[in-house]
Amino acid sequence: MAEPKITLAEVEHVARLARLDLSEPEKKRMRFQLDAILTYIDKLRRLDTDDVEPTSHAIPMVNVMREDEVRPCLPTEEMLANAPEREGDFVRVPRIIEE
Amino acid sequence: MATIAELGIRYRSGEATPTGVVRAYLERIEALNPQVRAYFTVTRDTALAQAEAAEKRLKAGAPLGLLDGIPLAIKDVICTKGIRTACGSKILEPFVPPYDATVIARLGAAGAIILGKTNMDEFAMGSSTENSAFFPTRNPWDLGRVPGGSSGGSAAAVAADLALGALGSDTGGSIRQPAAFCGTVGLKPTYGRVSRYGLVAFASSLDQIGPFARDVRGAALILQAIAGHDPLDSTSTEVPVPDYTAALGRGIEGLRVGVPAEYFIEGMDPEVEAAVRAAIDVLKGLGARTEKVSLPHTDYALAAYYLIAPAEASSNLARYDGVKYGYRAAGGKDLIQMYGRTRAEGFGAEVKRRIMLGTYALSAGYYEAYYGKAQRVRTLVRRDFQQAFERVDLLVCPTAPSVAFKLGDKEDPLQMYLCDVFTIPVNLAGLPGLSLPGGFTATGLPIGLQLIGKPFDEATLLSAAYAYEQVTPWHTRAPELA
Repeated sequence: MAEPKITLAEVEHVARLARLDLSEPEKKRMRFQLDAILTYIDKLRRLDTDDVEPTSHAIPMVNVMREDEVRPCLPTEEMLANAPEREGDFVRVPRIIEE
Repeated sequence: MATIAELGIRYRSGEATPTGVVRAYLERIEALNPQVRAYFTVTRDTALAQAEAAEKRLKAGAPLGLLDGIPLAIKDVICTKGIRTACGSKILEPFVPPYDATVIARLGAAGAIILGKTNMDEFAMGSSTENSAFFPTRNPWDLGRVPGGSSGGSAAAVAADLALGALGSDTGGSIRQPAAFCGTVGLKPTYGRVSRYGLVAFASSLDQIGPFARDVRGAALILQAIAGHDPLDSTSTEVPVPDYTAALGRGIEGLRVGVPAEYFIEGMDPEVEAAVRAAIDVLKGLGARTEKVSLPHTDYALAAYYLIAPAEASSNLARYDGVKYGYRAAGGKDLIQMYGRTRAEGFGAEVKRRIMLGTYALSAGYYEAYYGKAQRVRTLVRRDFQQAFERVDLLVCPTAPSVAFKLGDKEDPLQMYLCDVFTIPVNLAGLPGLSLPGGFTATGLPIGLQLIGKPFDEATLLSAAYAYEQVTPWHTRAPELA
């Protein structure tokens, strides 16, 4: 089997960007699976698309505007009910800033 | 086994009552769901309360409409206020939405009853429902086979008569392919036809909500209730919604039906090809004019999709960080570690794969070569359809290259992706697509026939499907379950 076009270091870099703590076996498996998918995707290179505009949305749309009005929102208690950890009316998270 | 329209008639004549029907469905779910595993959550109490309310309205001679008292199942990707919405994922397992999706509010306003939430591939990523973090759903026609996916629970629920209809979502075929595998009608409306407010986002330029039903009329009735502009979803359009059931009877005399050459490929199941060719003859016999068309970039659509959909998913799924809702891993000593562990423990293998692929395709140095390229190819796929629709009113082709496969048969991710080769181009182009029963294999597995229409022309799809359904017996068959 040929060496995958994506390196282990790249897998680790992308996992870091995606905030995914992959295990060592997961990284290895991911490397070969991504390689197989990217090899399949390479068929797109056969198409000349230099003069083709990209499509981001199938149905053409312009900006949708509305009046900026004050409206009721969902109650704090209901919104906080789903929080994994809370303190009063706040969501609690592990520390962010180094001591 | 009744249809939605038939049950409505029995309600209005007093032959059946919503509480009786809902109790019977709850009993049937209790008896059969342990085998089929279509439902993830059964909402017994709210269903009975909704049934009592519907019964009062019907008794007073004031039903809310043709869906009043009709029991439906909802894919667990659609937010239901006060009812857990886990999306097939451990990371959303504890999530109880504080609001209803617009489609749920609209079904409620039409009097429909929700029996429960159906199992699905995690975050709608998959073609077999084996990617559910909880359990795989079985195909009611053969419990050793998959129901398709990602809306496999909704398709199986309708096929096994554990609901009269259902909602699913379709990003690359997730309504149509399970509809084909389970022998039901499944419709992906045009992008923008149905509000996605309250739909858990997978790939926002592709996702669309649509109905499952046992017959075409049932799908039309559900679409009628959910279609139309919603100020809460800026991608829903203001295109007027026609009367879909009125369109059913208009026939297909003189309709121009295109047969795309690229949808009959080497390696497809010969029984599927034979059934679809026979169905084309049926349409001809009903007065449709068929002609060959070409969609030359079909072969590239799947590759483009597997850049665009994961790229959008990697961005959409960034919100699952263990802060405001959902699962949080224990023991993270700082915020970054908590994020990484929560996502590693909360997401399954396929979701991680797609997040990785999407993040890679969007990352510095690769963006133009992968994501940009895919968006340009998307334009070519769209143009193929535009050119075909200058000559024809709709396209007819298989929904999937095979029938339902055995559980565990497609462990290689790429082999699983190839299941959607005939459905993905439709999402890239934003078109409406419908799958309906088009025959059975010699071993008794359903075969799906796909109709593809012009943007916002669901009415023509439904009328052609209805015309075909009236002269074929497939939709009257039911799986044997005991």
